[in-house]
Amino acid sequence: MRYLPKSPAEREEMLAALGVKSVEELFSTIPEAYRLKEPLNLPPAMSEAEVIDYFQQRASENSVGYTSYLGAGVYNHLRSVVTDTILQRGEFLTSYTPYQAEISQGTLQAIFEFQTLMCQLTGQEVANASMYDGSTAATEAVLMAERLTNRRRVLVARSVHPEYRDVLKTYAKNSGLRVEEIGYTAAGTLDTKGLEASLKDDVCAVVVQSPNFFGAIETLAPLADTAHRSGALLVVAVTEAVSLGIVKPPSEADIVAMEGQSFGLAPSYGGPFVGVIASREKFVRQMPGRLAGQTTDREGRRGFVLTLATREQHIRREKATSNICTNQALCALAATVHLTLLGKEALRELAEQNLSKAQFALKELEKIPGVRRTFSAPFFNEFTVELPRSVKMVNAALLQEKIVGPFVLGTTYPELTKHALVCVTETTPRSEIERFAAAVQHTLEQSL
Amino acid sequence: MAYPKEFRYTKEHEWISAKGDTATIGITEYAQHELGDVVFVELPAAGSKVTAGKTFGTVESVKAVSEIYAPVGGDVIEANAELHNKPETINGDPHGAGWLIKVKLANPTEVNSLMDAAAYEAYIAEKQKEASA
Amino acid sequence: MSNHSNRAVRHIVLNEGLIFEKSSPGKRAFDLPPLDVPAVDARKALGESHRHEGVEGFPEVSEIEVLRHFTRLSTWNYAIDLGMYPLGSCTMKYNPRVNEYVARLAGIATEHPYQPQELSQGCLKVLQLLEKCLLEITGMHAVTLQPAAGAQGELTGLLLIRAYHEKHGNPRKRVLIPDSAHGTNPATAVIAGYEVQNIKSDAAGQIDMAHLREHVTSDVAALMLTNPSTLGIFEQQIPQIAEILHAQGALLYMDGANMNALTGVTRPGDLGVDVMHLNLHKTFSTPHGGGGPGAGPVAMKKILEPFLPVPVLVEREGGRLALDFHRKESIGKVKAFNGNFGVLVRALAYILAYGPGIRQATEDAVLNANYIRKGLEGTYDLPYTRPSMHEVVFSDAIQKKNGVNTLDIAKRLIDYGFHPYTTAFPLIVPGALMIEPTESESKEECDLFIDAMKAIAQEAQTNPELVKTAPHNTRIRRLDEVGAARKPVLRWKPAEKQSKAAD
Repeated sequence: MRYLPKSPAEREEMLAALGVKSVEELFSTIPEAYRLKEPLNLPPAMSEAEVIDYFQQRASENSVGYTSYLGAGVYNHLRSVVTDTILQRGEFLTSYTPYQAEISQGTLQAIFEFQTLMCQLTGQEVANASMYDGSTAATEAVLMAERLTNRRRVLVARSVHPEYRDVLKTYAKNSGLRVEEIGYTAAGTLDTKGLEASLKDDVCAVVVQSPNFFGAIETLAPLADTAHRSGALLVVAVTEAVSLGIVKPPSEADIVAMEGQSFGLAPSYGGPFVGVIASREKFVRQMPGRLAGQTTDREGRRGFVLTLATREQHIRREKATSNICTNQALCALAATVHLTLLGKEALRELAEQNLSKAQFALKELEKIPGVRRTFSAPFFNEFTVELPRSVKMVNAALLQEKIVGPFVLGTTYPELTKHALVCVTETTPRSEIERFAAAVQHTLEQSL
Repeated sequence: MAYPKEFRYTKEHEWISAKGDTATIGITEYAQHELGDVVFVELPAAGSKVTAGKTFGTVESVKAVSEIYAPVGGDVIEANAELHNKPETINGDPHGAGWLIKVKLANPTEVNSLMDAAAYEAYIAEKQKEASA
Repeated sequence: MSNHSNRAVRHIVLNEGLIFEKSSPGKRAFDLPPLDVPAVDARKALGESHRHEGVEGFPEVSEIEVLRHFTRLSTWNYAIDLGMYPLGSCTMKYNPRVNEYVARLAGIATEHPYQPQELSQGCLKVLQLLEKCLLEITGMHAVTLQPAAGAQGELTGLLLIRAYHEKHGNPRKRVLIPDSAHGTNPATAVIAGYEVQNIKSDAAGQIDMAHLREHVTSDVAALMLTNPSTLGIFEQQIPQIAEILHAQGALLYMDGANMNALTGVTRPGDLGVDVMHLNLHKTFSTPHGGGGPGAGPVAMKKILEPFLPVPVLVEREGGRLALDFHRKESIGKVKAFNGNFGVLVRALAYILAYGPGIRQATEDAVLNANYIRKGLEGTYDLPYTRPSMHEVVFSDAIQKKNGVNTLDIAKRLIDYGFHPYTTAFPLIVPGALMIEPTESESKEECDLFIDAMKAIAQEAQTNPELVKTAPHNTRIRRLDEVGAARKPVLRWKPAEKQSKAAD
């Protein structure tokens, strides 16, 4: 087999050195009754060409050739080929976790740069080396708030991504956390009156998302004040990180939980992505995940090491801040390379393009009789519209035009059937946006 | 090494120096040596209670975390603020400037049931023999 | 600490600073296509939420600087592509490149998790085939591909166990964990709401059956077992262990980190395991990438199937595949979307390349480990002498007599061109050297490794200082970890524009 570097003769030599006749003998500690007599029933071995062919077949059964207006936590953005050139270098791709710092300085310095970039983006003081994704980062942020305040109630905005709330509930069930939801206003942002009514001195965290699931941007400063007045921490989730190019960073937050997929990671049917936790320096010892720190070697040269490891599972075991071990290092590297390519100017331009494209799409859609924007708060590259007919029906017709229509809000917000979450990024040409609006109009006219 | 005769000691390598109904608590020279370079210390706030035999804080090195057990019960009067910026003081002077907390003893006679210097020295001599066996 | 004559010696490739230190206003590495819709005034549109300036401190460099920066950084790393990682329980095997190619195909990399399921049949078929293969390999009945890594798989497994016990009226209080276990096991048990009870290992490095019997009560939810254990030894009593647990209504969880010793040779499901996780980034060749991403699928017996996390892959009439979100007894979602799909693609590509011949990989892995064991027995202390499977654990007891410990030996191994083995784990072996070569090492590489280890043992006797101050041949010497922990510096800040780069 092409992945195995042994000739039959070499196997014989090694077995002879061990004084055994066959490799079977090396498995003698497995009780005989449980040793398989037949090969596993797996598909026959494939050559490289056949492996490629298998996946090309599968690729052809998906959505190639369609234009999509889906966002909802996973975003289509331009990616430079330079990122992949770096990622595919064997020294990054096939290297291990940088526990042995002397031969992992490449990885460690890249992590340090990633941590820095995340702080700069979010306006926070310290960021870790990555979590699995935004949903688990948000959950771990809540658990961190619980440890810091010793309180057991969490107030989560309903306008936080439904799957993020689901993941939080799964983890909360077993740690004695009580999760309650706060609604949204006609503007599409957090119901602050509802929040104030629910806030007591037993709340560890108030969790909001900005831009939120409906695309609306929350005003964070007053929320932070409200939370802090009752001793709770403000956790802000960010699912569309490109927004930070022109939206004020959540520096009032105590903990930021961000999804970094927008920075150089393909949608890839849902993963792997990259979660980030960023927070204040004073909370760093309660932060989960790996941290790279700057130091010097015995000859005074600057270098980097994994540090504050006593928070982690391999030392603290049952008292660890989290059970996380393997994280998303290569994805964090992709985000780091992507962001250094974008740099200050192009990130801002990219964000401005997203804003402009989305505004254009809204204008086109609002020209259609019966279509109007649901909420009034400012938005970035996602917005919610109400259609006069079922969104599912409209989307089914759009599919015939090779258009993947917007997210059907009714699936997770029963009060918002007939409302759709439209996402437009820099990747959608104007002609496509016009075609999309025309197709929506045509479908609505047809069904009357 | 000769351990201060006026201190008492525990099997978890804490020392306690009592005067009337107040006492100072720290970790021993043996403990700091086993732990290695101390990087961080977590201590209770003044006013909190410590219970004999239960943990009241941690001392961290790069690769390990040690729980610190209260030799006796009482109320914390003061935690050693210097350790926040200079945790290495525990390594340099574990029996003096590296003290951890000062407590008001709930029961001053509790201290008498702890090991004296001679008993502690014998205890760690035994431990060191086991380790090199 | 540098003087003029030293500066010329270090090549620029070794001297790369932080990307922020190369930044200069006005440099660009990326251009966007021109905007084809009317530009919107961001300040008007966003009001007080508008970020007026660009991100402060963000780098401004050119494309070639970005490429050179990261290329130079990469040359400071060791990697599987360069040589062996004998890290125990990490299974650092070859990461096949065709896996990278197929994961990047248009139509595979580009799919949105919320796109219509009729437009995702290709992705769903990939998931279904991987599920089938993993079930065949593990001998289990149902599987979830959602968890993002081994630790998350462990949590999922324990949540399934908890749901099962709750359905039977009592979630129970404790999880039993061997003292040789990986740190994620107890950390996970606590997150799942259980107390941890440590189970001792006996003198042979196996589960102490008497200690186990004593502690398996009706209050115990499960035992978390790694098999082979972290000592690389097969738990021969595993069928009896399963019986003891089942008699009390408890379940057997297997940490599948060491599956590289079992694939194609035996199946955990046959041995009595009720639920287990796999590490696709170990046994199934997906790349470590410096610390992830991985994937930790969880396979289980029928009794746990009702509690599977959502969504569950189902087949409807006509062979159409779908994701089912309506599962009444599900433990819920453990991660957003569909798991680390890109990692799952790579693992399937690996399995398809091997087919039923995947057993050969296991045999070669076990052969390599035993060959190295034979080569080093007598030179290094072997605390547990039962037959090794895919990994072997020595101790530094012999070398300690000269003041040389496992960490020193590991650092000296770097000078010989190898990545260190796993040091100081498992905890039950003081001064452990945990070695797992995997099947990807040739006889030549194994011989080189044995020679290097023998040379270091010799040095430990004749020149211990050389070993204790290793590594000597790296760009960077041993780093001050104490300083890094005492005064953590976790990001670059503009004020610190020291010209103190590498030296």
